[in-house]
Amino acid sequence: MPSWETVIGLEIHAQLATKSKIFSGSSTAYGAAPNTQANLVDLGYPGVLPVLNREAVRMAVKFGLAIGANIARRSIFARKNYFYPDLPKGYQISQYEKPIVEHGRLEIVLEDGSRKTIGITRAHLEEDAGKSLHEDFHGLSGIDLNRAGTPLLEIVSEPDMRSAKEAVAYMKKIHTLVRYLEICDGNMQEGSFRCDANVSVRPVGQEKFGTRCEIKNLNSFRFIERAINYEVARQIEILENGGTIRQETRLYDPDKGETRALRSKEEANDYRYFPDPDLLPLALDDEFIESVRSTLPELPDEKAARYVEQFGLSAYDAGVLTASREMGDYYEAVVDKLGGHAKLAANWVMGELSGALNKENLDITQSRIDPERLAGLLARIVDETISGKIAKDVFELMWSEGRTADEIIEAEGLKQITDTGAIEKFIDEVMAANPKQLAEYRSGKDKLFGFFVGQVMKQTGGKANPAQVNELLKKKLSG
Amino acid sequence: MSELHHLTLAELAAGLRARRFSSVELTKHFLDRIARFNPDINAFITVTAEQALAAAEAADKRLAAGESTPLLGVPIAHKDIFCTDGVLTTCASRMLANFVAPYDATVVERLASAGAVSLGKANMDEFAMGSSNETSYFGPVKNPWDTKKVPGGSSGGSAAAVAARLAPAATATDTGGSIRQPAALTGLTGIKPTYGRVSRYGMIAFASSLDQAGTLTYTAQDAALLLGVMAGFDPRDSTSVDVPVPDYLATLEQPLAGLKIGLLKEFFEKGLEEQSAKLVREALAVYEKLGAKLVEVSLPNLPLSVPTYYVVAPAECSSNLSRFDGVRFGYRCENPTDLLDLYTRSRGEGFGAEVKRRIMTGTYVLSAGYYDAYYLKAQKVRRLIADDFARAFKEVDVLMGPTSPTTAFDIGAKVDDPITMYLNDIYTIGANLAGLPAMSIPCGFAGGLPVGLQIIGPHFSEAKLLNVAHGYQRETDWHRQMPSAYA
Repeated sequence: MPSWETVIGLEIHAQLATKSKIFSGSSTAYGAAPNTQANLVDLGYPGVLPVLNREAVRMAVKFGLAIGANIARRSIFARKNYFYPDLPKGYQISQYEKPIVEHGRLEIVLEDGSRKTIGITRAHLEEDAGKSLHEDFHGLSGIDLNRAGTPLLEIVSEPDMRSAKEAVAYMKKIHTLVRYLEICDGNMQEGSFRCDANVSVRPVGQEKFGTRCEIKNLNSFRFIERAINYEVARQIEILENGGTIRQETRLYDPDKGETRALRSKEEANDYRYFPDPDLLPLALDDEFIESVRSTLPELPDEKAARYVEQFGLSAYDAGVLTASREMGDYYEAVVDKLGGHAKLAANWVMGELSGALNKENLDITQSRIDPERLAGLLARIVDETISGKIAKDVFELMWSEGRTADEIIEAEGLKQITDTGAIEKFIDEVMAANPKQLAEYRSGKDKLFGFFVGQVMKQTGGKANPAQVNELLKKKLSG
Repeated sequence: MSELHHLTLAELAAGLRARRFSSVELTKHFLDRIARFNPDINAFITVTAEQALAAAEAADKRLAAGESTPLLGVPIAHKDIFCTDGVLTTCASRMLANFVAPYDATVVERLASAGAVSLGKANMDEFAMGSSNETSYFGPVKNPWDTKKVPGGSSGGSAAAVAARLAPAATATDTGGSIRQPAALTGLTGIKPTYGRVSRYGMIAFASSLDQAGTLTYTAQDAALLLGVMAGFDPRDSTSVDVPVPDYLATLEQPLAGLKIGLLKEFFEKGLEEQSAKLVREALAVYEKLGAKLVEVSLPNLPLSVPTYYVVAPAECSSNLSRFDGVRFGYRCENPTDLLDLYTRSRGEGFGAEVKRRIMTGTYVLSAGYYDAYYLKAQKVRRLIADDFARAFKEVDVLMGPTSPTTAFDIGAKVDDPITMYLNDIYTIGANLAGLPAMSIPCGFAGGLPVGLQIIGPHFSEAKLLNVAHGYQRETDWHRQMPSAYA
């Protein structure tokens, strides 16, 4: 049996965060009552015509610039023709032969810290279809056209990924990027960010790609990984049993954790693409492209590199802290208020704070503790008013009660004991109360040092400065 | 007052302003004529008598208050391809026989705000597909000059209504000759403007890259008056062009001495009826007398117009008509069993034979494996034809030739022979493929039936075309002839 190599390419659909639709003035806001955000253009009424939303173009160009792609000076909208009740015109306006963005690339960081560049073939503008609702209609289907005409950027990668983990890393990176650029809200539950995965396998060393299957509509990072892994195992099993892979479109069923066939290549629609005569070719000049370039924010990779350089963070920590623009903003605000101590701030943002956020499924913008207050807490560690351990308790109270660190330290009497005389008094008491352990320690049982530290900390209610306790204990124990 | 229908649109507008008659009188006059004569010729699908009288009354009030928009109180008819808010808009199809448009087309809106009073919606070939007005779900339109003959198409209802003096003017559309050919066959002045000159918003699409709205009137002056109101950039139509609209009336009287006219060699070759050829040459002689110079011009790729058109237009229509699926508006078959049944029966029962023929042709030429051989090649030929015209306009100011190879033919004569029917558009299609403005004006009668002279100009040369047409109409009175039964 050969060993198998997985080949994956992703088509990501990112809903652009425009206020109105790509070819009409209807609102794109999510969650409105069915068919209340569809005007005559969205409904495909006789005689109506599409008018391109310039903001969608600006966003596509922004994305293209961020991945170092070519921005087409002239791109063309085409019609993709097929019949479906949630596609009012009987065609979807998309870009086919000449997309707005071509030949970009993106670097991903793998778990082992290695880096890999994924090619991005193209990104094109298109309109979304409506939604068919098959439940609650007693065997009939309901149609909601609120989503019809919502602008999408379809981002097509090269078949450059070799494992489900790489695919997830790539998808997460794109997710981060579109949110940095503020061109997509990235909300996967609402379908604003979803992908189709093209998956095939081939014997290691073979150059030719295997026959691929396309898994449709994956809308969570977890599903992508599971769906790809299931699909890879399915294909390998077929091949190892002497079978062949049928090129087909498959759906992932998250409840069963498996993919199933939707339609084969032979059953696939002939979409009869042709240039949409209702829309002129989209012409962009250098001036426009440069004006978009001037609005580009610091990109995640640039920001991470700066964190390594400026704050002395590890590449991993810098990556975590730049995973979203808001996370980076929060972190930098903490460092700023704290006046340095970047590593301490990084540990707390990635540790206690992220833990608390995850527990309640909040994102950083919903944090119950703002950067200024977190900096207020860390300042008390820095000036040794409290120990790191006590700080964790204070953090919990800050999170649940909304008081500041200083208020809590004051009210709860948590101020650290740093007075040498006071600590020595506690040590003397502990030594006097534990003569047996003291004798054993002095006869060479070094391990008991930890016991004495614990006892002293216990006596002081955890408030003694641990470094001082260590130092003084060593001196006293050795007699 | 019985002669109101002999007056041109310009004369009617002036008469209203001078308060020689009221808009209500005028509107009633035409509504009476429609009631009397429309059963003969079937020019209207919908007559909006009530709305027309209400609009006329409002116009009279504004006239009394001294207002004077260009068309205040003047009645007109709209081709039933233009959406009219709250009024049936059928495109002469069973598919839309129940469709009441919820909005006004830009053309309708502009004419209404200039004060025009709409009498109703004119019959046409179904979805503007046809050259004889025989494909209408509402029955064929008859030519007022001889009711056994077709009026041409697809704007046959607009043409017959104006020719029979049931309306002083009508809007129309032209995708491959649908304004000019009916104008020629019914003795009217028809203009198809430059592609992009008039908004297509609210005009039900047949072939989007070719469709253009224009007018059918008695005179070039009337066309100038209407077009001046209809033309102009519309942000709702991305293909409308932001070029200022000149005052078409202001340049009508410019002398034609020195005008360089190109004679389209290919139009005088095989297929043109002898009598028509003779009349067109006589018209050209009138221009010579006015000081114009005639030069023979060859457009070598022009003979490819018909096959090119019958790839491009069906391709676009096959996609444009996909929205008629029985789901949201229009015809829906009874008791569909499932989605496929809903689609196939609604479309199968809702569309007529010619529309289906073109949808199938268009679907075929866009199919995988055929796209390059048909659609792509047709687009390349289209480019060559446009280049031919551009070269010609370096030498001449306008091109002239016949509008139609024949005069009006018998109803039923060509219905079973689509290829012969398609060849009717052989002289008119070129201007659509190249996006050029073109007119047809009456230039005489052959066997009692009108013959048209076609004038084609460079992009956005409507003012020149109208000037050239008007110059001829000052020397002749073909455009004031009326079919005796409707005089």
